[in-house]
Amino acid sequence: MLSVCFLLQFGAEFRRFSLDRYKPGKFEDFYKLILHIHHIANLEVMIGYADVHGDLLPINNDDNFFKAVSSAHPLLRVFIQRQDEVDYSNFGTNTLSRKKKALVTLRNDNLRRRPHINISMPHDFRPVSSIIDVDILPETHRRVRLYRHGCEKPLGFYIRDGTSVRVTPHGLEKVPGIFISRMVPGGLAESTGLLAVNDEVLEVNGIEVAGKTLDQVTDMMIANSHNLIITVKPANQRNNIIRSSRMSGSSGQSTDSTASHHSLPTSHVLQNFHPDEMESDEEADIVIEGGLEPQHIPKLHSLTSSSLSRINGSSLSHRLQRDLVLNNNSGRESNGNIHKLLSSLKTDPRHSLVIPRGGIEEDGTVITL
Amino acid sequence: MRRFLRPGHDPVRERLKRDLFQFNKTVEHGFPHQPSALGYSPFLRLMAIGTRSGAIKLYGAPGVEFMGLHEENNTVMQIHFIPDQCQLVTLLDDNSLHLWSLKQHSGASELREEHRFTLKGPPGSPPSATQVTAVLPHSSREVLYLGTESGNIFVVELPSFRVVEDRTITSEAVLQRVPEDYCNRRSCELVEALREHPKNPDQILIGYSRGLIVLWDLQNNKVTHHFLGSQQLENLYWQRDGSKFISCHYDGSYTQWPVSSDNRHPEPLENFVPYGPFPCKAISKIYWQTTKNGLPYIIFQGGMPRASYGDRHSISVVHGSQQIAFDFTSRVIDFFIIFSSEPTAEFDDPSAMVVLAEEELVVIDLKTAGWPAVHPPYLASLHCSAITCSHHVSNIPLKLWERIISAGSKQNIHYSSMPWPIDGGTNIAPDPPQRDLLLTGHEDGTVRFWDASGVCLHLLYKLSTVRVFLTDADPNDNMNPLGEDEWPPLRKVGTFDPYSDDPRLGIQKIYLCKYSGYLAVAGTAGQVLVMELNDEDAEHVVDHAEADLLQDQEGYRWKGHEKLRTRDGPVRFEAGFQPFVLVQCQPPAVVTSLALHSEWKLVAFGTSHGFGLFDHQQKRLVFVKCTLHPSDQLALEGPLSRVKSLKKSLRQSFRRIRRSRVSGRKRRGGVLSFTAWSMQSPDYTVQEANAKFDQDTLQEMELAPVQRKIEARSAEDSFTGFVRTLYFADTFLRDSSRHCPSLWAGTNGGTVYAFCLRVPPAERRMDEPVRAEQAKEIQLMHRAPVVGILVLDGRSNPLPEPLEVAHDLSKSPDMQGSHQLLVVSEEQFKVFTLPKVSSKLKLKLTALEGCRVRKVTVANFGSCKTDDYSENDLAVLTNLGDIQIISLPFLKLQIRYPCIRKEDVSGIASCVFTKYGQGFYLISPSEFERFSLSTKWLVEPRCVVDMPEVTSNNHVHNKSGMENAVRKSSTVLWWHKVVKHWNWYP
Repeated sequence: MLSVCFLLQFGAEFRRFSLDRYKPGKFEDFYKLILHIHHIANLEVMIGYADVHGDLLPINNDDNFFKAVSSAHPLLRVFIQRQDEVDYSNFGTNTLSRKKKALVTLRNDNLRRRPHINISMPHDFRPVSSIIDVDILPETHRRVRLYRHGCEKPLGFYIRDGTSVRVTPHGLEKVPGIFISRMVPGGLAESTGLLAVNDEVLEVNGIEVAGKTLDQVTDMMIANSHNLIITVKPANQRNNIIRSSRMSGSSGQSTDSTASHHSLPTSHVLQNFHPDEMESDEEADIVIEGGLEPQHIPKLHSLTSSSLSRINGSSLSHRLQRDLVLNNNSGRESNGNIHKLLSSLKTDPRHSLVIPRGGIEEDGTVITL
Repeated sequence: MRRFLRPGHDPVRERLKRDLFQFNKTVEHGFPHQPSALGYSPFLRLMAIGTRSGAIKLYGAPGVEFMGLHEENNTVMQIHFIPDQCQLVTLLDDNSLHLWSLKQHSGASELREEHRFTLKGPPGSPPSATQVTAVLPHSSREVLYLGTESGNIFVVELPSFRVVEDRTITSEAVLQRVPEDYCNRRSCELVEALREHPKNPDQILIGYSRGLIVLWDLQNNKVTHHFLGSQQLENLYWQRDGSKFISCHYDGSYTQWPVSSDNRHPEPLENFVPYGPFPCKAISKIYWQTTKNGLPYIIFQGGMPRASYGDRHSISVVHGSQQIAFDFTSRVIDFFIIFSSEPTAEFDDPSAMVVLAEEELVVIDLKTAGWPAVHPPYLASLHCSAITCSHHVSNIPLKLWERIISAGSKQNIHYSSMPWPIDGGTNIAPDPPQRDLLLTGHEDGTVRFWDASGVCLHLLYKLSTVRVFLTDADPNDNMNPLGEDEWPPLRKVGTFDPYSDDPRLGIQKIYLCKYSGYLAVAGTAGQVLVMELNDEDAEHVVDHAEADLLQDQEGYRWKGHEKLRTRDGPVRFEAGFQPFVLVQCQPPAVVTSLALHSEWKLVAFGTSHGFGLFDHQQKRLVFVKCTLHPSDQLALEGPLSRVKSLKKSLRQSFRRIRRSRVSGRKRRGGVLSFTAWSMQSPDYTVQEANAKFDQDTLQEMELAPVQRKIEARSAEDSFTGFVRTLYFADTFLRDSSRHCPSLWAGTNGGTVYAFCLRVPPAERRMDEPVRAEQAKEIQLMHRAPVVGILVLDGRSNPLPEPLEVAHDLSKSPDMQGSHQLLVVSEEQFKVFTLPKVSSKLKLKLTALEGCRVRKVTVANFGSCKTDDYSENDLAVLTNLGDIQIISLPFLKLQIRYPCIRKEDVSGIASCVFTKYGQGFYLISPSEFERFSLSTKWLVEPRCVVDMPEVTSNNHVHNKSGMENAVRKSSTVLWWHKVVKHWNWYP
């Protein structure tokens, strides 16, 4: 069971304190401070924080502690979990993939979990892309998944019409196709190294693009941009993953190592991907409840922007409170709820919350967010 | 077994779907785009119009219409009905001839193409040798005479189109007995006109372009008379008795020639230049119509003084001392006169003149003094000012219907009361099932109310919002009639006037409540007018309120157009819809969404900056909400500011094009409609217009293929605050025990706002203010524009319209079960529970198919098999021009039909669905295509054209003695023909 979340000990309360943004000190001291504030000095805990994208990232050394503090604006939300209950696979991932991740980790639980705790810290990376379904695709094709969520980079590529040559019963035939025409320097697509100019796009999220116009394919890609899975036929076929016969099984790890021979910067490789699996509530819409008590509208210009944000803010805190209560009863799922919560906080600045800027004030029960 | 049945292939449902859904394009309403030819059969009393795209349309009595399309899609140059037959011949600009006939098929007549033919010359001859310039269907119905550019006239048998070579009339044969000196100067060039002698079918008059006219005897194959014209010939017309004919000429003159057996080379009786003495333009067609009182009607096209009135499109009617030059709004394609076609009648006695101009049909009553125009029951020029939006209201209560008609009849007093003169055929279609109104908003600030119940889209009433505002244009500017002694005596006719002087007047959104008669109309400059139907003229002050949608937002500067200035003091309004309140949005950006709730007396409006709610009972603004994103610069400056310059330059170039007339007509249609629709959805204007122009340029220059950027939508994109849809609903917004009035708004950035409303009960409605407060805000993660919001009641039925329940026309909604919210974005359909907005199910259209939702409506589909089954579904039009039907509440795709070409952006933008599964979209600036998705509600022409047997028999038997004698003596062939005729129509 997860024990702590939100600077909130066992679902009971928030702690609020401040640190010098530019000289936060050492991680060691911070760790002790946390344990002290929460009166849990005898527990081993894992400290995480919510970054600007709502992802849960670990705080376990001076560097990422400094990064966490400097990225706080102005509030840094810190999560504390008991060390032996940490599910590392949740770190660095976003709300999108939590269910599937759970499946994967379930399978690997015995292999992975213990060694992770003993051997190293959770990786400090967030996946940005992956090659998937290696075992079911022809070797000439590559299925690439781009994780845009939690990434500040734009997707950053362009597509165009073109013709490709296909082998048909009637010989070689020219057929219209969609190709990657340009990569935006510094964009997500370029940085992964998995896509390149003149790669032919064959599928978008499991749907063939044959017979579709450039505009249709554009719209499909944009509609799937939160979790874009493109199957391409790379123009450069030399970097393909070579599948040996013994790997016909589902051993993801070994494929991973094969891939690394070819120096492809994959973060990890998923197998047996089914598009249907992506059909979860990965893209939860944000619902903000308005003021709960009737508000008198004084003039014609009834709701000024400031009063509205107050409404939003207060109501959101109600919701947070409700969700937090829920969080305490369930196990791994509650971690998912943290993500949900975080993603719901990630609203645009118009209805950002009104947060008082104060110094250290450890008042125990404040729910002012 | 079950696992072999794929989901969605339930056989019972499949059968039901066949009973419910069916796609048909049923009829084209409005005026044909780019008409190019006109024909008329006095025998069938049918009119035919050909277009530049190869369509041919036949019209008779209201409801009688036929359409055919030439495969080649070439311009129809000429249309000729075969005398006394249900057949016609068309000549296309590729020099092909097509024979069409009307045949009865399962009870209704159909227009079918029977034969096609292209005249071929001997090998090696130039193409001009066989280029057809004149067509004469002979009254024997046996042959066609085809005049060509080479001057030869070929004879072709009907219906086989076999060339009878030995009967060809060569120019050599014609020139044989022409005086030497004349012959040298003018050879027989192009055949300009062929006219059969009105009394003697064995004689035809041949006019050559250089001026030579000959009377040819078909029996003896020789010229009987030569008429040596000195001017370039335009056209010929026989007088009824055959004793004289008229020729009209390029120099604006016409000449009368006598025809008698004693003079074979007559001199002209009279040569007259009606608008001389200065150089005049050509008279291209002339009629000489005899009357009982002896004074003829001389009717001719053109002939205006070249320098001062050369740009006018005129037809002059001269009758004794009366003379009027009808001045048309666009180029005259052709015209004809309806006159007594009884062969026994001694005089022509013309009754009406039918003029096909490029943009409209005008019919002039020649019987009534003053020659007023006749109000056409069909072929309405929808585009007399460019259509900017449309709104359809089904099943209008009789009371409202009558009041609108009565208001409209007061506007039509200047029309002639003559019954519609083109009355051939019989309409056998069942009466329209209900009274439907189609409202079109126009660029000039008018709203036109069309009777869209049946096949004839008929104008009922025209509402103008211009009176409320002060505009630069003086309304009396072009009304000023010319004085009595003005010369030429021009009189403007027609309604086509596409150039609005103030585009801010343009109507963008219309909402009519059919139960209360309240109408809300919103326009380009942020004006929202609420109107009430009044049966009397009235003079009153229009209340004025401002809605500042930016509120206290800092640093915004509107660079778009200014708001319209209003008239101070009371304004006189004619009977009909009269505005009583004007809400002016600030900044005055185009109104992008509008909703009216007649029961709560509230009107909601939205622009690219936000939305507001106005209480039109208390005339008080309830609230405004700014939806702008701080980084949205484009919206701040005004979406139109960028478009304006483009629009302005387009406008100017149109004017130029108009001045220099014909050339470029093909382009103009498309682009005109683009300007019209650009206002409709400014979110696309910039991108799509640019994309379109870029694409065009690219295509022209054949550059490298286009590329598209793949980038997720972000909150910072432009126009995210643009309000796309507004919706009133009485539902459970806060908790599941109490329902309350609510207002929903959806934006371009995928945000849905819900406001709780407190409307005081009726007895205190004037005393207490309407209150509103924001209850919910939903941000769709995919951020696609929200195009539709709908609340489904506990039985999953859409909530009824305001006052529908009060009028006992709908069951009350189920307020016990849980309500659901349907949000339609361009990319997804999503159902949420209410009041807790949690996602229940969704259909991700774009992710799966790559198409986007452009229009969506709830439509009721009845089964064609049983009367007691009907269901509600969503009718959806996508950006690919496909129509999809999606079930409610489970969001399953039922059926898909390709409907509009995906390149036809204005067609897709113009589409409106009706509540019973029909729809309309513009196929050209002037035509709506009506389609039906329902098996039950199908409005299509169904009509019969019978051979008017009595007349035809009379015609055969009562030919004047002389003519009959001629025929009998002429050939055996003729008798054969008559027998054949009788066999066909016993």
